[in-house]
Amino acid sequence: MPTGSTVSSSAVSIDGVWKYYGDYPALRDISFNVDGGSCLALLGRNGAGKTTLLRILGGLSKAARGRVSILGKDARAGSTRQRIGILGHGIGVYEELSAFENLSLFGQLYDLADPRRTATEWLERTGLDRVRDGLVREFSRGMRQRLAIARCFLHRPSLLLLDEPFTALDDRAIQVLQDLLKSAIAEGRTIIMATHQLREALELATDVALINRGKLAYRGARTWEMLEDPGWLYRHYGEA
Amino acid sequence: MKFLRQTLAVAAKDLRSEIRGKEAVNASVSFALVILLLFSFAFDLEPAEIRDISGGLLWLIFAFAGTLILNRSFARELMNDCLDALLASPVSGAQLFLGKCLANYVLIVIVECISLPVFAIFYNVRLPQRLALLFVVMLLGTWGITVIGTMFSAMTVNLRLRELMLPTLIYPMLIPALIGAIELSRVLITGAPLAESLFWFRVLVAFNVIFTILALALVEIVLVG
Repeated sequence: MPTGSTVSSSAVSIDGVWKYYGDYPALRDISFNVDGGSCLALLGRNGAGKTTLLRILGGLSKAARGRVSILGKDARAGSTRQRIGILGHGIGVYEELSAFENLSLFGQLYDLADPRRTATEWLERTGLDRVRDGLVREFSRGMRQRLAIARCFLHRPSLLLLDEPFTALDDRAIQVLQDLLKSAIAEGRTIIMATHQLREALELATDVALINRGKLAYRGARTWEMLEDPGWLYRHYGEA
Repeated sequence: MKFLRQTLAVAAKDLRSEIRGKEAVNASVSFALVILLLFSFAFDLEPAEIRDISGGLLWLIFAFAGTLILNRSFARELMNDCLDALLASPVSGAQLFLGKCLANYVLIVIVECISLPVFAIFYNVRLPQRLALLFVVMLLGTWGITVIGTMFSAMTVNLRLRELMLPTLIYPMLIPALIGAIELSRVLITGAPLAESLFWFRVLVAFNVIFTILALALVEIVLVG
């Protein structure tokens, strides 16, 4: 089984990570590295542990055992979180605030130089400038998703942690996200993307990790055979 | 400066959300007024007796009504997984907690400022000449309720019975602060000498300082583990 290199230039280093929910081990001795500038597709069936691992990487949860280093520091350090963008299952924006207020708020929390100007720029980039002052509770699902994408990219993170980023997105939001991810890859930012949508993920990915019932089953570069046959990885390394 | 700016951003966000939605404040004010009305029917007391129990009545109402606001504090972050978005940001647990405390404090004080004159009318209690001092006691007692309530709101946010769990957990914790606030309020409303309540003033201040420091130190563990 190919394994991740252990060079010190790794953007993400995961070493012997275990996580339990009660007595159930959701992650079992996960170890691998992700090099800076790469795009890792984190694959696995439902309940494999992808979201749990992303939450640990994002500093939203702590590993029971093992060590995680993000950009050379602890995942929970303030300076680390300043450089991480997370797009999770929830959109992470407030219903009672307007689109502009939401982005300004996160701009302030990320201590951006000019949160209001940055918020305006991202509303334009995601096509939400016409509903700038509309409350999120009045938004359609697609508009909310684009706002969530703007929130994730607002502070120009060096590491993007995306959990099922394409699930339930409308066409416009998918286009916005794909364009942003391509730009991020071109700019050398690191992406870890947990997903079930193999074709979309593998097209973007430079690397692949497969988790089976909390254990790392495969870690290596994305190959052409994966791209031609997205089911190949599951057939060779997945559960029987 | 950055610490304060980010803390105030969290507080302003909570206040703005509450002003738009008015869920917690409306419920809290209504509850306080209904309890005041019911208590006024429940007791048939002489004016002197009313003044004696007024501190207790007031603080029971403040504590009950405050819980309705505190219950919403972290619960409002559950919609759209906003708590994760906040925790993922560079804001520390202490800043998040302090921002939420400030917003809750403002909202509870507003409820108290509405309840106090209504209390005076229903119970025919003349508000003391030392009203400014009573207000200071209100501010001190309310900070104690807010700190404990916000901390337990964070601890119970993922429980299904959090509306029940929060009051069950916080009222026993609040006993020293409530006794202090009740005693100080009684002294101020009855016009008794202030010297006899100096001990309770110290208790109230010490309670606030100790639990604020403890909460700021522990909130990161409560929120992230």
